[in-house]
Amino acid sequence: MTVTQSAFKAAVLDPAATVPTGIVNPDGAAASKRFDVYRNNVAVSLSDALESAFPVVRKLVGDEFFRAMAGVYLRKHPPKTPLMMFYGDAMPQFLRRFEPTKSIGYLPAIARIELAMRHAYHAKDVAPADAQALTTLASDALMSTKLSIAPATQTVTSDFPIHAIYLANTQADAPKPVMQPQAVVITRAGFDPQIHLVNAAAATCIEALKKGQSLGQAIATADDTLDLGTVLGLLLAQGAVTEIY
Amino acid sequence: MLDATQNHSLPARPGVGYKAQHYSDIMENPGPLGWLEIHAENYMGDGGRPLAQLRHLAERFPISVHGVGLSIGGEGDLDADHLARLKHLIGWLNPASFSEHLAWSTHDSHFFNDLLPLPYTEQTLARVATHINQVQDTVGRQMLLENPSSYLAFAESTMSETDFLRELTQRTGCGLLLDVNNVFVSATNLKTSPQAYIDDFPLEAVGEVHLGGHDEDEDETGAPLLIDSHGKAVVDPVWALLDYTLAKSGPKPLLIEWDTDVPPWPILADEITRADRALTLITS
Repeated sequence: MTVTQSAFKAAVLDPAATVPTGIVNPDGAAASKRFDVYRNNVAVSLSDALESAFPVVRKLVGDEFFRAMAGVYLRKHPPKTPLMMFYGDAMPQFLRRFEPTKSIGYLPAIARIELAMRHAYHAKDVAPADAQALTTLASDALMSTKLSIAPATQTVTSDFPIHAIYLANTQADAPKPVMQPQAVVITRAGFDPQIHLVNAAAATCIEALKKGQSLGQAIATADDTLDLGTVLGLLLAQGAVTEIY
Repeated sequence: MLDATQNHSLPARPGVGYKAQHYSDIMENPGPLGWLEIHAENYMGDGGRPLAQLRHLAERFPISVHGVGLSIGGEGDLDADHLARLKHLIGWLNPASFSEHLAWSTHDSHFFNDLLPLPYTEQTLARVATHINQVQDTVGRQMLLENPSSYLAFAESTMSETDFLRELTQRTGCGLLLDVNNVFVSATNLKTSPQAYIDDFPLEAVGEVHLGGHDEDEDETGAPLLIDSHGKAVVDPVWALLDYTLAKSGPKPLLIEWDTDVPPWPILADEITRADRALTLITS
């Protein structure tokens, strides 16, 4: 009477499933409450991981709702690696499709910000480039220049005021969000990721630079609301440019 | 089969499972603390504060790398990516010890973040031995394997846990991590004697001892069901089982594990002091 790991797995994820035959208590009898220890351990540890990963999403939907939603998420998307610090990568798509949250338009972008903050926290340490190299370039040379962007650097763009919502739920004195599209860039100069409000054009330009496009090409990807000086100033000040070439 | 005589070992002193909130306390006032244990998976990011802190800690303390995600008892192949991450961590950190669990946690590419149980059969033995050999060959050093907390039994099991572990040490050259709280939890849950388990355990292979707290519940028959939670102080019967073990084994590196509801440092420091006293008791 072999208990396969696929039978064990199926029963561990489904509280209504029958405990596999062959799992017994010390008297040789069926052991469903004992099996429930594993069910509970798996569900609680994965829910806890999601709670610590998405504190702002949790605050927005409420503790009780989040706990119930985590129970659905962890069964639909069990972790694919043992790196629990990155668990929850599918949360933005999940929130977009999950019936009770699909109408909350800003939630997926907030989840993306929280994922980006975590990825930034664990990103590779890099030395910033010397900004002088950029300021001394002639303007035509500047347009063909490429920048290596620190791996912590990520952008999120939304039709909703995601920067204001994020701040309102993480800082005591933040103003009330006003409906407007917002974009953010996340950087990490030291060890703590920082979130900055930018416009959508800046986010587009930064994503193009990350792909290895030249400054000229990156500018061309963005609309005319791009303020290149502000973008470069922000990236350089945050140590997010690691090479100028 | 790996040569087990490599010069990697922890001091026979108290250690603690490292939590980032205790960084300053540990650096400023370690007391009798002799070493630190980290969970391997928490240091598999590419950089940032966790790795920077670990580098600082490793300058001051011997480090034990304790993996919780290798799924060494899994029916499928070991996760090659995860094994490569372990090799990388052990390579740059060169820790005093590396350990993992007699358990499985991954199946069909899904990871459950828990230590799931194994039946003790010839088939499981062969599979786990193959995986241990693969791990030791990949990371280039001996590993310690930890005895699990058991909540249930498998009707198909044909050997005792202690025989199973002894056979693994003989087939692979691996060492063992003896968790005395797990021994107490399993013996209570399976209605066996914890002292008899220690009597049967291959103590000569033990490179580290774990101590932790557990929760108390009951099964549907009203029998006690202890749950290994690592969220409380070590209970007196477990300290007594430690004394019983050390009297037979001699001094060993002792780890205080406290992973959930982690208390302020002074409470952990008290547990460390108590572990230090247990070591002093047998060496005096």
